[in-house]
Amino acid sequence: MTETLTVDGLTVHYATREGALQALRDVDLNVPAGQIVGIVGESGCGKSTLINALLQLMSENARIAAGSVTLEGEELVGAPSRRLRDMRGRDISVVFQDPMTSLNPVLTIGRQMHDIQYREKISRAEKTRRAADMLGRVGLPDPVAKLDAYPHELSGGQRQRVAIAMAVLMRPKLLIADEPTTALDATLEVQIIDLLKELQREIGCAILFISHHLGVIAELCDRVVVMYAGEAVEEGPVADVFNTPSHPYTAKLIECDPGRMKTKAALLPAIPGDLPDLTAPPTGCIFRDRCDKAAEICRTSPTPSAVTGAHWARCHFAGGGRQ
Amino acid sequence: MTQPILKLRDVVVEFPALRGLKALMAPRDARHVQALNGISLEVMRGETLAIVGESGSGKTTLARAINGLLPLAGGEIWFKDIALHQRPDWHDIRRQMAMMFQDPVGSLSPRKTVRDLVLEPFAIHGRKAGNPTETAARLLEDAGLNADFLNRYPHQLSGGQARRVGVARALALNPAVVLADEPTAGLDVSVQGEILNLLNAIKAEHGLTTVIITHNLNILRHIADRIAVMYLGRIVEIGPVTQIMEAPRHPYTAALMSANPEPDPTTRRERIILSGETPALTSRPTGCEFHPRCPVARDDCSARVPELTQSGPRAVSCHYPISENT
Repeated sequence: MTETLTVDGLTVHYATREGALQALRDVDLNVPAGQIVGIVGESGCGKSTLINALLQLMSENARIAAGSVTLEGEELVGAPSRRLRDMRGRDISVVFQDPMTSLNPVLTIGRQMHDIQYREKISRAEKTRRAADMLGRVGLPDPVAKLDAYPHELSGGQRQRVAIAMAVLMRPKLLIADEPTTALDATLEVQIIDLLKELQREIGCAILFISHHLGVIAELCDRVVVMYAGEAVEEGPVADVFNTPSHPYTAKLIECDPGRMKTKAALLPAIPGDLPDLTAPPTGCIFRDRCDKAAEICRTSPTPSAVTGAHWARCHFAGGGRQ
Repeated sequence: MTQPILKLRDVVVEFPALRGLKALMAPRDARHVQALNGISLEVMRGETLAIVGESGSGKTTLARAINGLLPLAGGEIWFKDIALHQRPDWHDIRRQMAMMFQDPVGSLSPRKTVRDLVLEPFAIHGRKAGNPTETAARLLEDAGLNADFLNRYPHQLSGGQARRVGVARALALNPAVVLADEPTAGLDVSVQGEILNLLNAIKAEHGLTTVIITHNLNILRHIADRIAVMYLGRIVEIGPVTQIMEAPRHPYTAALMSANPEPDPTTRRERIILSGETPALTSRPTGCEFHPRCPVARDDCSARVPELTQSGPRAVSCHYPISENT
């Protein structure tokens, strides 16, 4: 299988007054062509930093300390900014969480969809036709009229559909969806999930789907990567990871989801403790301080150990070894 | 549990839909939209009522109306035997009816320390806090934070910690009722459990009555005794939490419950996917307001308005409710 996106040993530091904040440490990630890969993790796990690094749109104080990001074999880290500008929006595109802030409020939908096609050497009429066609494809009623609408005239669900239409308009190789359903209601959420599945089949792009909602990941993705405090701690096919979580963090996270419990729980599970200070991350396993299973061996850094086939976890106890 | 502590009858809240000359020119009934359109419900002493619904259904408006933050256009609200619709002494009522706002960090003043924030209710209500530092430390401890947090500022708190400070503030004056607007919004799942446990523990300890507003369906059965489902500013179904979640009778409730993605890749439920979106308040559908999206709507649903009809502990507003045996 060809890989659309390969992230290898990506390490990103932010310069802060307290020293280098190690937001991502040695993250590996593959998104095979035509697949939907989910990233799940809580606040502070480095999801946003990862997206910024993939797009090479990092804040001033961020620095890629090591690692590489390749899109269909082409290295993005250190690529000339002209080349990157060429790729953004055409080869990689993003759907953000809040469609109100990712659309320009003072330009019509049609104008914004024209602007995305600035590289295309086609007539204005053709650009308009393509834009309307795509709006229809994402399920907006009356797409031609919608081209003249401003973002505030649309509802939240419609705005997110417009944002998705814009993201797939150039038929990107990789679509990054950053919590695209978090700002939406439950009944709209399932509509958007179905839409993404459908578009993926039709356009065939790879999707990197970022969410903190385990239910959505379980529903949509082929593979899932679990991140914690800047590390990928577990990865595998969705069914394997959810059925036999092999990193204690994943197991806890799934256990904490109240959607799993069908009867009233007297005491809801939680993960006590806080994220470690990433300016001086503890040596050894990053999850050690909050883990029930922590033992002496956890003072040394675990390496990813295979559970089955393509399923691995970064834990000394994973894979049945010492458990 | 027998005595209602809060009683709402036909509560209507309106917002102006037009402004200026346009409003003067428009017919009287087009000048306003009804964000709440005849809400009647009772909250019993010591119970937890969860109000669920999607954005725009009027959940937050309802909480704000109860707490007097929005004027009523009609209807009555009774708190114990005080008529909240007749210009009551809000200062005194808000001491007994605390509000927890949605955004845990945003609802705390960034310039105040946790100590000042927790003591603020005492200052506002002119109450003595005893030994202030001790009181603040005790309130924080009840909310599960130790005294080290006293001198921190809100930006130094995580979302869960800020939420705990919000809980401490709400409980500072020993209220009888707490209105919690989205208590888990913005919290990670690993922290969410802790906050809900805290709310449950406090409720058990103080015999608190809580009204929780949420769109997080997963937490409902763990915190609520009863739930009220809202759609377009009306209650479409209300009743005990397990009954409603397991056997919803209103088609909207059924769709809402089935739309919730499950964290389990092996189970695939029959899902009712609703077409379209919630209509705008300015163009309410005729008859049953859910009929344009309803999968089981019949011809007369667009003509007749259904009433919220009580049967046993639950009530539903639908002409053709889903019956237990189908």
